[in-house]
Order: sequence, then C-alpha cells, then structure tokens
Amino acid sequence: MQFGIFTVSDITPDPTTGRTPSEAERIKAVLTIARKAEEVGLDVFALGEHHNPPFFSSSPTTTLAWIAAQTSTLQLSTSTTLITTNDPVKIAEDYAMLQHLADGRVDLMMGRGNTGPVYPWFGKDIRDGIELAVENYALLRQLWREDVVNWEGKFRTPLQGFTSTPRPLDGVPPFVWHGSIRSPQVAEQAAYYGDGFFHNHIFWPPEHTQQMVEFYRRRFEHYGHGTADQAIVGLGGQVFMRKNSQDAVREFRPYFDNAPVYGHGPSLEEFTAQTPLTVGSPEQVIERTLGFRDYVGDYQRQLFLIDHAGLPLKTVLEQLDLLGEEVVPVLRREFAALKPAHVPDAPTHESLVAAAGGAKDSTVFAPADSVTGQAR
Amino acid sequence: MTTRTLAVVSAGLSVPSSTRLLADRLTAATVEALEARGEDTTVEVVELRSHARDLADNLVTGFANQELRTAVDTVTGTDGLIAVTPIFSASYSGLFKTFFDVLDKEALVGKPVLLGATAGTARHSLALEHAVRPLFSYLRAVTVPTAVFAASEDWAGGGGVDRALAGRIDRAAGELADLVTGRLAAVRPVDPFADPTTSFEDLLRGR
Repeated sequence: MQFGIFTVSDITPDPTTGRTPSEAERIKAVLTIARKAEEVGLDVFALGEHHNPPFFSSSPTTTLAWIAAQTSTLQLSTSTTLITTNDPVKIAEDYAMLQHLADGRVDLMMGRGNTGPVYPWFGKDIRDGIELAVENYALLRQLWREDVVNWEGKFRTPLQGFTSTPRPLDGVPPFVWHGSIRSPQVAEQAAYYGDGFFHNHIFWPPEHTQQMVEFYRRRFEHYGHGTADQAIVGLGGQVFMRKNSQDAVREFRPYFDNAPVYGHGPSLEEFTAQTPLTVGSPEQVIERTLGFRDYVGDYQRQLFLIDHAGLPLKTVLEQLDLLGEEVVPVLRREFAALKPAHVPDAPTHESLVAAAGGAKDSTVFAPADSVTGQAR
Repeated sequence: MTTRTLAVVSAGLSVPSSTRLLADRLTAATVEALEARGEDTTVEVVELRSHARDLADNLVTGFANQELRTAVDTVTGTDGLIAVTPIFSASYSGLFKTFFDVLDKEALVGKPVLLGATAGTARHSLALEHAVRPLFSYLRAVTVPTAVFAASEDWAGGGGVDRALAGRIDRAAGELADLVTGRLAAVRPVDPFADPTTSFEDLLRGR
C-alpha cells in the first residue's frame, strides 16, 4: 500500500497570527514539504491544480519536475489534473515529459475541478463538464498509446497525423486515477478503463465514500478488469496530530474553525464525528485510518491533507515527522497483514513495464508514416 | 384499508407556535379526510427549529448530518406533505427556505403538498400565492388549490372568522386527501448508484 500527502495549494491566512504567506513563501514551502515527505519515508506527493487566488498551483508539471530532481523514490502525482479545461494534447505532452524527467515516478489523478468560473477562462462551458471529461480523456489515452493520431471530436480542433512528444517512457503511459467527490459518472469512467478511483474522503461522511467506492468496484468487475476487490482504490484523509490528543485539538481548533471549506459551520467535534477528519494522537490516527478498510475494502493508496487552512510550515513538517515515524510504519504493517494475496498493489511504472512485457523505446523519429505510425 | 404516509414540515420558531398550531390542524383534518376515503395514515412531523443549526451546517459543509438526513428522508419518502411557514418580510422564513434548498432538486417531484402560512395580520396572506406556491411549482411538487393562511385574529376572532378558517382547513385537507388517494405508493428518488442506464460507450460516442 502507498502512503503519502496531497495538497490543494491554498494560500490561507494563519488564523492564530492573521498573517498570510506570500506566493513565493508558500511555493517554497510546498517544495520543502515534498522533499520532507520522501525523507520521512512516505511514498507519494500529489499536487492540486488551480487557476485563481487563493491558490498558487497553476503549473503542476513545473513544480513536480523540480521535486523530481530533488528526490529519488517519491511518486509524483496530481490532485487533481483538470481534464475538462486543459487541452488533452498539452496534458499528454507535459506529463510524458515529466515521466521522462522523473524516471517514471509519475501518475495523475483526473478531476473535473470544482471552480465554475475556470471553464470560460479556458474557452469551455461548465454545462459540458461530464462530456468534456469523457472526450478529453479518451483522446489523452489515444495520444499516449498511438504514435500517430487522426482524431475528430466535439471540443477541440481535429488532429491529422499528430504525434504527441515525447512518447511515454519505455512505451508505457503513466497510470491514471480519477478523482470525484459526488459524480458516479467519474467512477464509471474509471471502471470502464480499469483505471484507479480516488475519493477525496474529507468533506463528506464515510457512508458517501463507501457508496462511491462500491459502485466503482462493481462496475470495474462489470467491465472485466478483475474482481471487484481487485479494483484500484485511493482515499484522501485529513489529520492533525500531537503526542497528546488534547494538545492536537487545542492547536488545530482555530485552523478548523476558520478553514475556507467547512469553517464557521459545525464544531470540530461534530465534524470529526461526521467525517473522516481525525485530530488527536498518532495512535488515534492509526486506529481511525485502519477503520477506513472496513467500508471501502482493501485499498491501494492513502493520501493525507496536512498543509492547508493556513497551517505554518514548521507545523506541517512536524506532522510529517509524526506520520513518518509513528503512523505510516504501523499502517504499512497492519494493512499488509490484512490484504489477501489476490488484491494488487497500486500500479507503478515498474509494474506497468513488467506487465507490458518489458521496456521498449517508443521514440517516433521524424518523418513518421502517417498511415502505419511506423518510423522509416 | 391501505396506510398512507404524511410528512409535516413546520417552520415556527416560538414554543408553542401558531405555525405549528396551523400545521397540527391541517394534519388532523387531512388524517380525518383520508379516513373518510378508507385510508389509514401515519404522520411524521419535522420541526425545523430543532434543525436550525443542522441546516446552517449543511449550507457550509455541503452535506446533511445524521439528524438532518433523517428529517430529509422522512419528507422525501412520504405520500403527501403539509408545509407551513411563518411569513417574514413578505415571504417564507429563511429557515423554511433553507430546508427546501438542501433537498435534492428532484426530491419533491409529483408529491402532493398542502401549503400553510401564518402571520400577525391578514395583510400578509397573499405571500402564500406569490412566494410559497412558486417555490413548490419550481420543485415540481403538486400543490393543492387551497393554501391556508391564518393571521392572529383567525384563531379567536368573533363574527365567524375562526369558523371561516376551519372551513378553509377542511377544504384544503380534502383536496390533499384526494390527491394522495389518487396516487400510487410514494415514489423514491432515483438511486444515483444504480447501474447506469446509458452505457459508457454511448457517452464516448457523444450520445
């Protein structure tokens, strides 16, 4: 099982000091957080994509490439990549490039985004959200899997004899997850392709996550990719820890009370009871996290949100120490002991290359033959 | 005899409240009218005052907590609905509107609904027709023709004013009972997690 962190890339005032970090400060902080994630033994770092304040992460591949250069084992991912408003051609190019730079340590999580105004900024219409996600992703897959693409669709200009470069590393495209909070259509899309499904698992009660995951697993089996319990599931989660649970609650409360998404609503205690949020000791986080398996089954990836709502860098790094030293080693051992042998791990570049029968260079040397896709 | 289910939503704020009083009168009259038509009735009352914070939390978090979920399920799953609000500033109260805001937009489609409202004077009575009824039309509920308004004076007014209110209550209850008995069992909202009716291949082909 993979463990890691995901960030939304928000720039939020620290409610305890009233101070808001600059973009420069927050961008550097995220780089530090990512490097620290590898240092403490986590597996995955996933970065969000947004195109408006208060978020900084408009260019995930630039950021992830820098992190790739500074790390050696960390799997780089997104949370999420906007499949609706990004040109699938540019996603194909950018992430194949990142895959080469990172020696294959790359996967992506597709999302529709939750910011309505972003659609017109990129010349799209929010009413086409689901259709855009369906068409764009189908094209993205084709661009990664076929050297020469002739394509015509509804939402972008046609492609004639187009080759997306660079070709995927070793001839194997990055693994793709699909993230959604509330759309069964997205779970259906993930199931159709045999891709992974990731539930944010932060904002809503566990019963909702359970329904979405059960639906995805059932449809994964329906489409013939394996049994329902072999589907590839990832979960988010939100934790704040101190050695002493009362210290955690006291310290996190002002951040909770003022958090942009759920602040000024339910109390910390109510929200903790209603959603997977855990504020307490490392032991409490371990117990709660192990309990996720009770309602989603054996799953492959657990990402925690730890750097939002204005939490200062120093605090975030302390959270990473606790995750790496006390929480993840126990979770790794316990989840592994429970997982039956027929349930696969999350695909990695190595496992995908092995499944494809070994690495093959897929460079397309110009000029290509647009009929067969073969280089001369 | 079949058994029908009736949900009552009351947005009164004081205890006791005249809004609840009107809701109870409408409920009793409807149960009686259904009995006259050969139907037993079970009644579930949702007092919105006790969900005031749950509703505010739902606005902020995007989901209904367990207590509110139970109330929402009660209202969406019944054969008929009696909805009563105080009139505030020429319209339904904010609490009343918030409850209907957090329901799934399909939740009340085709549901027989009896509307009631209360206020200090009869000058507010047409708010039922200008504000409350359009809300339920938008939600595609089937409202009964008689909506019942009760001002303070209607409860104890001399000169037959209170008898006039009783007459309106009985007429509205009869209309609701007719709609409920003319209807098949309560329709549950579509399960979003049922297997899709459109295949993914069709979606890919842009259908």
